[in-house]
Amino acid sequence: MAYTAENNSSSLMAKAVKEGIFAGVIAFGMFLLFVGIETYQDINNQLTWRTRWGLLAVFVAVAAIGRFLTVGFIKPHLDKRKLAKAKSGVLDISTDKSFFHRNFLKIALLFLLCYPFLAMLIFGRQGSLKYVDNFGIQILIYVMLAWGLNIVVGLAGLLDLGYVAFYAVGAYSYALLSANFGFSFWLLLPMAGILAGFWGIILGFPVLRLRGDYLAIVTLAFGEIIRLVLINWTDVTRGTFGISGIAKASFFGIWSFDVGAANNFNKAWGLPSSSVYYKIFLFYVILALCLITAYVTIRLRRMPIGRAWEALREDEIACRSLGINTVTTKLTAFATGAMFGGFAGSFFAARQGFVSPESFVFLESAVILAIVVLGGMGSLTGIAIAAVVMVGGTELLREMEFLKHVFGPDFTPELYRMLLFGLAMIIVMLFKPRGFVGTREPTAFLKERKAVSGSFTKEGHG
Amino acid sequence: MEYFIQQLINGLTLGSIYGLVAIGYTMVYGIIGMINFAHGDIFMLGGFAALIIFLILTSFFAGIPVALLLLVMLLVGMLMTGLWNWTIERVAYRPLRGSFRLAPLITAIGMSIVLSNFIQVTQGPRNKPIPPLVTDVYHLGNITISLKQILIVVITSVLLFAFWYIVNKTPLGRAQRATEQDRKMAALLGVDVDRTISITFIMGAALAAVAGTMYLMYYGVAGFNDGFIPGVKAFTAAVLGGIGSLPGAVLGGLLIGLIESLWSAYFSIAYKDVATFAILAIVLIFKPTGILGRPEVEKV
Repeated sequence: MAYTAENNSSSLMAKAVKEGIFAGVIAFGMFLLFVGIETYQDINNQLTWRTRWGLLAVFVAVAAIGRFLTVGFIKPHLDKRKLAKAKSGVLDISTDKSFFHRNFLKIALLFLLCYPFLAMLIFGRQGSLKYVDNFGIQILIYVMLAWGLNIVVGLAGLLDLGYVAFYAVGAYSYALLSANFGFSFWLLLPMAGILAGFWGIILGFPVLRLRGDYLAIVTLAFGEIIRLVLINWTDVTRGTFGISGIAKASFFGIWSFDVGAANNFNKAWGLPSSSVYYKIFLFYVILALCLITAYVTIRLRRMPIGRAWEALREDEIACRSLGINTVTTKLTAFATGAMFGGFAGSFFAARQGFVSPESFVFLESAVILAIVVLGGMGSLTGIAIAAVVMVGGTELLREMEFLKHVFGPDFTPELYRMLLFGLAMIIVMLFKPRGFVGTREPTAFLKERKAVSGSFTKEGHG
Repeated sequence: MEYFIQQLINGLTLGSIYGLVAIGYTMVYGIIGMINFAHGDIFMLGGFAALIIFLILTSFFAGIPVALLLLVMLLVGMLMTGLWNWTIERVAYRPLRGSFRLAPLITAIGMSIVLSNFIQVTQGPRNKPIPPLVTDVYHLGNITISLKQILIVVITSVLLFAFWYIVNKTPLGRAQRATEQDRKMAALLGVDVDRTISITFIMGAALAAVAGTMYLMYYGVAGFNDGFIPGVKAFTAAVLGGIGSLPGAVLGGLLIGLIESLWSAYFSIAYKDVATFAILAIVLIFKPTGILGRPEVEKV
């Protein structure tokens, strides 16, 4: 390190300024048409345009200053930290973890069990509705879906871009069978899962020979086919109007949550009439379903089939030469993952009371896959954290009324929900390409189970 | 028979547009082995750039000749999307090069969400219609060919030739093919790999912008969501033709266009996309690497 610090920092500043100006110019070019000019329909319904130079200036300034700060201050700081870490020579592995860290799972489970009552205590009966339904149930549905997809993508290494198809099969199975035959939720829940599992096998057969991106596009196509059939087969599915008035789940047939019913849950327990009790019940149902998914995943990983999945992910050729039947291995992975998607789907239909093809677009598959990858494929805890951060974060955005005071009354935070979701996907991947939880529990080990870095696990080639 | 030829012409037009977008997918896949999910939205951005340029030019110069108007729309659109795709590659894909396979896929899907929502937020969620640009129609017996169809096929053919020339006959093309075959070896032999990849992204985006402009001209409407379905179909075309193969992308695009228009004509319009995807699945079952794709040799 011969050069002086002063010389170094002045050249760094010059570089930062140069990079900042460059970024500003690029941003100006990129946003000139799309931000600088607004197209709109005037009173005569004619498409015209007007300029928005102020907004364009803001975009350019943000890009330029952001780049300047990154190059001038943030990056040198990060480099210095990295250097210091490398110089110290000792890897930072602390063996004595904090109490919270060690008992994270137990604490999280305890919190989830108490969550609806905590929400009711803090926000009152009606106020808690939002927290139990929009946050609790919504996030848990995504946790379950992501754990289901994790079996296919994270364990077996088969890239599935059409997972939402099985979710749709589950939801429509429940909606149609309960509307046409009057079966109850508790009968249809396993049935929807089995039907979705069958669809998993039906999809699995043709794609057995496909690998990698070919597999990705066929699964995507399959998801789209299911959605298009749901839209166009109007005699059965009522097309884009969807199916409404789907029966609610009952308390195992003992008490009903329908308001008019004789065995109404609220009446039977002398509770004031409120939909919050139904939501709390649903919260525990989806929590139980999630726990079953996690339990099955953990147990399966220790069984021959789970080991075969992971072996398939690591090396398909070695797998075949060692006598593992890759056909059944792939098919069971597809079927098991699809089955959990079906469970989640039928739960979704019961909770929503309404299903339409709108809920099963490709974006949903992308969101679920993003949660699996962002959480760190194969790590159940990481996936749950990713679901809380990504889904909870975007739900939180709906609640940010105070932003209206900052940006004016026209500002609708919901409009920016998906924009921010996409940005978050990119940013998390850039900083943590291995996901939130970078370590894996090995399936096979000598003497004791030690966490290994996620970069040692392969992602499979389908 | 005439009806059939008519549908053939329609399919060819549509197929040209898909083919142009598919080239962008296949080139990026060939050179860095990732599915650039945001490519469909780049196509949408190209359409929007053309739409905005159209509005500006027609409001300033009322009687502007259509040929000049189209040329400016195409050029600005190509420049614009080239810039966007260059930035996207720099920001979202380059830092993850050499990372595991799904990481750039996730950022690409994120980028796709960001781009379509960015346009929704800045330009509004409604579809934007424009008055028809080219209205001339020719009759050959009972067959109608519109000038815009001829334009689309001619522009596509010219671009494809130019493209084929660049990839096969210029030093840049040689660098691209070298990078595609072996990135490390190409770098050792003095190919600027980063620059080559950047240029590939710019070229793909420029073709997507042309496709977007022609899509706008053909249908007369642009919407923030327009990138997804054509994007998926173009990607389907690229896979059908054998991903990584340029002639395959064009062939796949034409096939998809033909399947779509023939299926709508003889069976049902509602299920045309189902037919496209089903045929993709069937072709891949019997030929898992696409029609012109090279089988992947795996070394143990």
